[in-house]
Amino acid sequence: MTTEEGKTLYTLIIFSENVAGLLNEITSVFTRRQINIESLNVSASSIEGLHRYTITCWSDECTIKKVNKQIEKKIGVVRSNFFTSTEIYIQEVALFKLSTPKILEHGEISRLIRLHAGKIVEVNPTYAIVTIEGMTNEILSLFHQLMEWDCVLQYVRSGAIAITKDTRELLDEYLVERKKRFLASK
Amino acid sequence: MTTTKLTGAEILMKSLLAEGVTTLFGYPGGAIMPVFDALYDYRDRLHHILVRHEQGAIHSAEGYARVSGKVGVCLVTSGPGATNTVTGIADAMLDSTPVVVIAGQVGAKMLGTDAFQECDIVNVTQPITKWAYQIRSAEDVAPAIKKAFYIAQSGRPGPVVLDFTKNAQNETAIYKDSKIGFLRSYEAVPPTSPQSITEAAELINAAKKPLVLIGQGVELGGAQEEVRQLIEKADLPAGCTLLGLSCLPSAHPLNVGMLGMHGSLASNVKTQECDLLIAIGMRFDDRITGNISTYACQAKKIHFDIDPAEINKNVSVDVAVLGNCKETVAQVSALVKPNQHKHWRESFNDHLEKENRIVIEPEVHPSDGPIKMGEVVNKVSTHAHEKAIIVTDVGQNQMMAARYSRFTLNRSIVTSGGMGTMGFGLPAAVGATFGAPERTVCLFVGDGGFQMTIEELGTIMENQCPVKIVLLNNNFLGNVRQWQELFFQRRYSFTHMLSPDYSKIAEAYHIPYRLVTERKGLDVAIQQMLDTNGPYLLEVAVMEEDNVLPMCCPGNDVDDMILDI
Repeated sequence: MTTEEGKTLYTLIIFSENVAGLLNEITSVFTRRQINIESLNVSASSIEGLHRYTITCWSDECTIKKVNKQIEKKIGVVRSNFFTSTEIYIQEVALFKLSTPKILEHGEISRLIRLHAGKIVEVNPTYAIVTIEGMTNEILSLFHQLMEWDCVLQYVRSGAIAITKDTRELLDEYLVERKKRFLASK
Repeated sequence: MTTTKLTGAEILMKSLLAEGVTTLFGYPGGAIMPVFDALYDYRDRLHHILVRHEQGAIHSAEGYARVSGKVGVCLVTSGPGATNTVTGIADAMLDSTPVVVIAGQVGAKMLGTDAFQECDIVNVTQPITKWAYQIRSAEDVAPAIKKAFYIAQSGRPGPVVLDFTKNAQNETAIYKDSKIGFLRSYEAVPPTSPQSITEAAELINAAKKPLVLIGQGVELGGAQEEVRQLIEKADLPAGCTLLGLSCLPSAHPLNVGMLGMHGSLASNVKTQECDLLIAIGMRFDDRITGNISTYACQAKKIHFDIDPAEINKNVSVDVAVLGNCKETVAQVSALVKPNQHKHWRESFNDHLEKENRIVIEPEVHPSDGPIKMGEVVNKVSTHAHEKAIIVTDVGQNQMMAARYSRFTLNRSIVTSGGMGTMGFGLPAAVGATFGAPERTVCLFVGDGGFQMTIEELGTIMENQCPVKIVLLNNNFLGNVRQWQELFFQRRYSFTHMLSPDYSKIAEAYHIPYRLVTERKGLDVAIQQMLDTNGPYLLEVAVMEEDNVLPMCCPGNDVDDMILDI
């Protein structure tokens, strides 16, 4: 995805040690360069003790390379890589709290939920909670359409999470190489 | 292995000794009292210098580190004690100086309660440190110190802050010295690509008009000899950055002078004419490059650096040689063919001669008029046989000291480059006297910067630190005044400054003092200063509205230098 100003949506996947304050250090790299973070997700990774950050932002290749290196330089950050949308599989989750009377009043609302493969996880006479997974634009599309029916009581979208499409597992390879270099230096 | 439990404060003492620490610069206070109490029993092994302000402690630690190559250690209390070190920490970050700041902190249970003298110093210093960490238990003291010293001095050096909670100082644990194990999130020296070595050598072999830029990385990597061998083998003219000035003897025939805003005309003009730029351990600061969009566009570029984040940060390069320059430069050197660039080298001469005639001679050997700063620096350099450690403050005194000091020994320039911290000079000079006690330490300082950290005269008095203070007094904040003259129609907005009677200040601190106002008394006074044991304050009344020239005005192309005003 590229904007008119030549900006591309980049996704950074960062692995760090689980230490306090690191999130602040990582986001400060963006703020110093006045880059707005579009979405951010942090959770435990599949490797013990390592956290996985997924950060999306609009930038250009030259800048994102510098940002990536400056993040990787932080003590506590194990590895940082950046990707364009074609190089990763990216997903978001959204939760909607919708008015039950409105849903009953307008059949189109139920149709929209089904069309976007939404799941109704709770219903009572006042509201229904709907979850949906998908790309950002799919979720936004549903949101805007639901807003037209004036039925949205609450709406929240998670940060994007992403898995690389590369056939190699870069972090694993990196850690093996690093360990080798460390042992060789002993 | 001992099973005796020690307090966290005692473990700190043992850990510092295990790191080879001999000297600390500090100031006690409430939240660090257990550490100072433990220090009382270690006075014979850990020499603590009581400064007069925590900013003095951090700059002294910087000065100590810069001349000795060891880690400078700073010990302060929480809250204001810690925040007073912030300027120096930022300074050490920009100038890659290895320092460890150990700051007291309120007890872990009181964290976040706005307790007395509580300040979240880890968060305050995170953007300006290589690593900032809070020690909350006595068990954590030894590993934290080990890691702090390793991080501070390995790879590209930098400052580390340890925020030491009071409970961790008082609680007990078993002390165990350990080795640094595998850190998956920190690799001090990045691997060197063999291809980059070959490509760098090929570019050097093919170059007709090469120019080497030597930065402080050469000093930090201890690669002075390797760089000298490379430039001599391939006949490469070389300029030095401000912080890299003492990496190559000033009189070396291939040394074409300082780079950048107030650097030599030849090195800057030739930057725009060379066909190959070989940057070693420098970071293309804006004071070096001038207008970055026109900077050395015609040249291919090689960048030797230990920090991958510096590659292509400001200037895009053709070949990046990652790694420790002591090794990488030697590897490239082995592949470089002996060469001669006689015509290219000789083409520097016109510019050297022009600068000498228009700028240097009138500054260094004026026939009449007030004493000039460059004249003083030149004489001090001569009387000290070009062997002194030159410490500077910031401003005109700094640029004059950099331009007119001559260096023959490594690690001889201590100055605040990246941050440009006024007030750095006096405490840094104090630190330098402890870091290199066998050497002469001369400080060039202006009347502005001197008054910023003048309280450190107390530290000098108490310890009889042999700092030879050369106060270049022009009654102005000279560098700002120069910019006002050049860019603000001589509207001298708050740059004229009234000074105290420095003779009385020197007398109060029992420091020998002399004022020189006439050219004829200068040589004798400088010699007397150098002959005096211990500290000395030599005040020189210099020309008030002198300018540092040549000058590449901010934003201008680097070869667009003004030689006179």
